[in-house]
Amino acid sequence: MSDITPADLPRQKGTLDHILYVLRANPVTLIAFGMFAFLILSALFGPALVPYDPLATNAGNALQPPSWAHWFGTDQIGRDVFSRVIVATRLDLTISVAAVAISFVVGSVLGCIAGYWGGWPDIILNRFLDTIMAFPLFVLAMGIVAALGNSVENIIYATAIINMPFYARLVRAEVNIRRDAGFVRAAKLAGSSDMRVLATQIFPNALPPMMVQVSLNLGWAILNAAGLSFIGLGVSPPTAEWGIMVAEGANFIVSGEWWLAVFPGLWLMFAVFTFNLLGDGLRDIVDPRKRT
Amino acid sequence: MLAASPRLRAILLRVAQAIPVVMGVVVISFVLTRALPGDPAVYFAGVAADEASIEQTRVAMGLDKPLPVQFAHYVADLLQGDLGQSLSSGRPVATDLANRLPASLELTLTALIIAVVIAVPLGVLAATRPGTWVDHLCRIVVTAGVSLPTFFTGILLIYIFYYILGIAPSPLGRLDFIYLDPDHVTGFYLIDAALMGDWETWWGAAKQLILPAATLALFTLAPIARMTRAAMLTALSSDFVRTARAAGLSNRTVLYGYAFRNALLPVVTTLGMVFSFALGANVLVEKVFAWPGIGSYAVEALVVSDYAAVQGFVLAMALLFVALNLVIDLLYTAIDPRIGFDAK
Repeated sequence: MSDITPADLPRQKGTLDHILYVLRANPVTLIAFGMFAFLILSALFGPALVPYDPLATNAGNALQPPSWAHWFGTDQIGRDVFSRVIVATRLDLTISVAAVAISFVVGSVLGCIAGYWGGWPDIILNRFLDTIMAFPLFVLAMGIVAALGNSVENIIYATAIINMPFYARLVRAEVNIRRDAGFVRAAKLAGSSDMRVLATQIFPNALPPMMVQVSLNLGWAILNAAGLSFIGLGVSPPTAEWGIMVAEGANFIVSGEWWLAVFPGLWLMFAVFTFNLLGDGLRDIVDPRKRT
Repeated sequence: MLAASPRLRAILLRVAQAIPVVMGVVVISFVLTRALPGDPAVYFAGVAADEASIEQTRVAMGLDKPLPVQFAHYVADLLQGDLGQSLSSGRPVATDLANRLPASLELTLTALIIAVVIAVPLGVLAATRPGTWVDHLCRIVVTAGVSLPTFFTGILLIYIFYYILGIAPSPLGRLDFIYLDPDHVTGFYLIDAALMGDWETWWGAAKQLILPAATLALFTLAPIARMTRAAMLTALSSDFVRTARAAGLSNRTVLYGYAFRNALLPVVTTLGMVFSFALGANVLVEKVFAWPGIGSYAVEALVVSDYAAVQGFVLAMALLFVALNLVIDLLYTAIDPRIGFDAK
């Protein structure tokens, strides 16, 4: 392997230069990376840093509007909305990251098999994906959670299932166009097994478009999970989660206590917006031709 | 007849393609209802069931028979339009869904019409005037639109237009209780009220409809505007537009007769995806506005573990979506200038 390192170096430098160039030309992407870092930090350290216990109730201090003591106000049983919004980041990010990770892995394996060997596994996979896509996806997720049982894990599985077709199709297409490429034939002639060629030569080529898909999908997965908990699936009430907080706050919006629903909603929007911006930025880096 | 044949063949082929998808949808729906880990009899008997009623449900639904036999029964029931019995309402699920479907369709279709009427001109203007404020507006709308959680937009609109400005009616259902429901003809209140000539009720129904429809429209606007803009840009930079311009055709003819007609094709295809999102978002919007459609029916059923109703809803939505996609693709065949071009 050592003999290809010198040849690799300038190429890597080129990639890095390209990334820096894109970031400089498009400051929005840089901001998106900053927003992403903020989300990760609040997921990691938020629960330790927030001023109040997100579950501590204080009936004497209920439904207070935003103030210096309570930045986002307090809810109907006196819990601090700011603390709850920040603490919820970890749960919401965990659900979406876990769901996207599962669909990434399962989609990659299925896509590789179908794209590389073709034949009947390919036909069956395509029929299966068509069928999943024939459902309105949010509705399918509702049906899956209803059938599997109402829990956070099942929210993750349902979100993973409805996202999986996008990954499987992407990998299948990327693998399929490369299975007879020169470098693949060379690797096979050198005595590599199919599995090895697939894993080390073909699949890495699918990774750049996959990363864009992951980023865009994370935002969508958060929206989906929050939507499911908004209609009462998955997360159960005392837990801090954006969707369920908006649902609880919705009961107070008609009497003017806007802060209960608006702040968790804004945070949810912020997270989705971050992932969407990041996805667009990553696409500029990975594939400049698709730039819009 | 000869001129129509490629179009006819395309239509028949497309209809034939829908058949395996429908079969797949039925199989998945069966798997979701029957073949999951856990006891489906417990699941269909509801939360309050005891041993005897669970056993009764098992025999009544044929759940003591092997899976292939159960599947045959399931398909036979479906063919008769039987989706099972709702535990909460006590009526057949199919009847409940049929009663509530017009409310959902009225909401979704109004939202889609609003979205198309705003998004398509916005996309065309953005594509023809790149770099101007229209283009920037289009980009902002598109980016914000895909990041907005529908249920949150709905709540914000209620807060602004009902609580602060006081111009919207209270967000509860399709018609304020001071009006009488219009006679049932189509189930669409706007159409029924207009047929009766009862414009007061029509206005009452329109006022209830506008906020939820706007919520849904904001959400569906983004993909349509994005696709229109991209498709128009592609069409405007293509050779046939350059040729048309070189031939001295007026700007208007080039823009609408050539570029727009071709740009419409990808936009119509996007409508299929938009429908998928809209039908899902519909559930959330109906919950926010207490809209008595099939989405809020499913949410109420979920809360009381009325699974026959939930699964009936999922299957009905999937079939509706397959049918909508079929219509969209047929529409595509109808407007595609490359098919049967000589016949004109």
